[in-house]
Amino acid sequence: MWNYTDKVKDYFFDPKNAGVIDNPDGVGEVGSISCGDALRLMIKVDPETMVITDAKFQTFGCGSAIASSSALTELVIGKTIDEAKKITNQDIADFLGGLPPEKMHCSVMGHEALLAAIANYTGEELAEDDHEEGALLCKCFGIDEGMVERAVRGNKLTSLEQLTAYTKAGGACKTCHEKLEEKLAEVNAEMVTEGMLTSAEAFTLGGAKPVAKAAPLIQISPLAAEAKKAQPVKPGMTNLQKIMIIQQAIEELRPHLQADGGDVELVDVDGDSVFVHLKGACSGCQMSSITLQGVQGALMEKLGRPVRVIPADARRLMDA
Amino acid sequence: MTTDIKSIYLDNNATTRCDPRVVEEMLPFFSEQFGNPSSIHSFGSQVGAKVREARAQVAALLGAEHDSEIVFTSGGTESDNAAILSALDLAPERREIITTAVEHPAILSLCDYLKKHKDYTIHIIPVDKQGRLDVAAYKAALSDRVAIASIMYANNETGTLFPVEGLAEMAKPYGILFHTDAVQAVGKVALDLKNSDIDMLSLSGHKLHAPKGIGALYLKRGTRFRPLIRGGHQERERRAGTENTTGIIGLGKACELALTYMEHENTEVARLRDKLEQGIISQVSHAFVTGDVRNRLPNTTNIAFEYIEGEAILLFLNRMGIAASSGSACTSGSLEPSHVLRAMQIPFTAAHSATRFSLSRETTEDEIDYVISHVPAIISRLRALSPYWDGDKPRADAFQPDYA
Ligand SMILES: Cc1ncc(COP(=O)(O)O)c(C=O)c1O
Repeated sequence: MWNYTDKVKDYFFDPKNAGVIDNPDGVGEVGSISCGDALRLMIKVDPETMVITDAKFQTFGCGSAIASSSALTELVIGKTIDEAKKITNQDIADFLGGLPPEKMHCSVMGHEALLAAIANYTGEELAEDDHEEGALLCKCFGIDEGMVERAVRGNKLTSLEQLTAYTKAGGACKTCHEKLEEKLAEVNAEMVTEGMLTSAEAFTLGGAKPVAKAAPLIQISPLAAEAKKAQPVKPGMTNLQKIMIIQQAIEELRPHLQADGGDVELVDVDGDSVFVHLKGACSGCQMSSITLQGVQGALMEKLGRPVRVIPADARRLMDA
Repeated sequence: MTTDIKSIYLDNNATTRCDPRVVEEMLPFFSEQFGNPSSIHSFGSQVGAKVREARAQVAALLGAEHDSEIVFTSGGTESDNAAILSALDLAPERREIITTAVEHPAILSLCDYLKKHKDYTIHIIPVDKQGRLDVAAYKAALSDRVAIASIMYANNETGTLFPVEGLAEMAKPYGILFHTDAVQAVGKVALDLKNSDIDMLSLSGHKLHAPKGIGALYLKRGTRFRPLIRGGHQERERRAGTENTTGIIGLGKACELALTYMEHENTEVARLRDKLEQGIISQVSHAFVTGDVRNRLPNTTNIAFEYIEGEAILLFLNRMGIAASSGSACTSGSLEPSHVLRAMQIPFTAAHSATRFSLSRETTEDEIDYVISHVPAIISRLRALSPYWDGDKPRADAFQPDYA
């Protein structure tokens, strides 16, 4: 199994500050049960000195998620809010004597919970205005641009594998890999300008790192592969015909989803993007990406051309 | 009873301990009778006979009609690949494959490759929430466009058995070759292949107390076959390469032993498994057994403990000296729960915590009692840390994280 440090094991088997604070001054909650880890951080703050006098956590997750949560509480207790804001996910990992690379996302989750708890205490909106949290990049794990940017900058990430290890983004259905690579290239380019990275280290689009691209972890999105295979647009199909075929295909799928307590509803068609509402049992995280892929596959088969099925609520976020 | 049991191995579906009697049988063939079975001289004079004996022992365990139906391979994965690729090679005009959503990666990644790079159509037959195969979907996929149906005998994660005998019969009228990955079933389920329509079957030594790296492919007489590995004349030109003689001899002995333990496996091992399962479920709330409990391997139980995560459970079990395994994402290094649990649509409150205990004929009652006495405390301890749990029940108010 994992090569955890003794400190990770200590903080897992015997975590410090586990539990609840009855009247917390700030609470930060991140993650979800469907994604496999979730953390609630509660803090008590002395309003005079702005010192965090107590911190407790509750965590659903693996060994390193629990250890990272406990380490976080140890790091913040006794610090002022301003000092706590400077804590990074790397500080959490360092406190534990390091984490396996695949588990760095546990420290990132701790860091995100800290930011959320501080924002909850100070009443600030988490998303600063000049720095929008941005579009949801990874739908499966609910990772937005803001979190990707923080993780890339904070840990000098330069490959998609690293980004997945630190944030989980792109670790499930993989359809977001292109968007993640674009974001990674963009942030890396900024970091080069700022002198944080050399241009040789930076990730660029279009094969500057052919080795990383060939690694099995990075697969072209299943969608892209499908898209290449699908036949060219049937000549003479009007938009209306297309929408009718999509509508009909979705109606055929609904009984299957309803049998599992879910449902799907067509919201809009925009070019090759099909927007749907997923309901009930299918809207959980990884589960929804499976459903979406299923719907997408069925539609492509009917239409004989590539389409992208996107949850309607993701579009709202993308447009925002 | 509280002897200081330090290591309890309940991960026999991952691999088993090589039986000492198997090792003993193998030893002379490392350094005394080390000759090549094809050689004439005396260093290998007993080897050929011993390999023949092993082939007969494997055939006996499978209920095969002829010893020559057994081809030795490097294990389950090779047998699976050889079976499917041979079937495709033999029927180039058939462009479809039938398999299931819960196969081992030895089948699924090969099918994925064949789909992506060789343009095959793969019918992936789904399972229901108990892991039972959708036989109607299987039936609907059958046609003379299908080259091979590969359906596992028993699932490695839940132990659920598929009705492969019947499925093989259904495939026959379409001229479809029928293969079953029986890696988990061989040695635990009585087989009688001479009276079945199964054309090919994969088995792996290390799941039945033989060494790793040895396995076999059963090829019913009359089933045409194109070898995966070409070279010398070994295995009647069905699998080239100097024989893994020690492995083969070990596998033969292990099959002979498995046959003698078959009844024990289905009575005593099943009783201990049931005791373990009941002992845990009766003490722990919000825990349930996954898979088809009325139709599964005698040695396997897979229990989901809601609102906690599987790796954390395994770490605690390991500290108590108990080895088990989990379909949770975190243990495998992937970020999602296993494809088997997802295919079964286990609710996400539980998919991350499914823990598999797999017993063997070596498991003792004391060990089971010890596990039963330790699991509830581990579960309570982790639930006490969980934001989804409150005292002795799930939290009533929904936990509303910032991103989800
Ligand atoms: C169902 C199943 N098929 C195939 C295999 C692979 O067998 P081997 O490890 O001998 O290649 C395994 C074991 O991991 C298995 O459980």
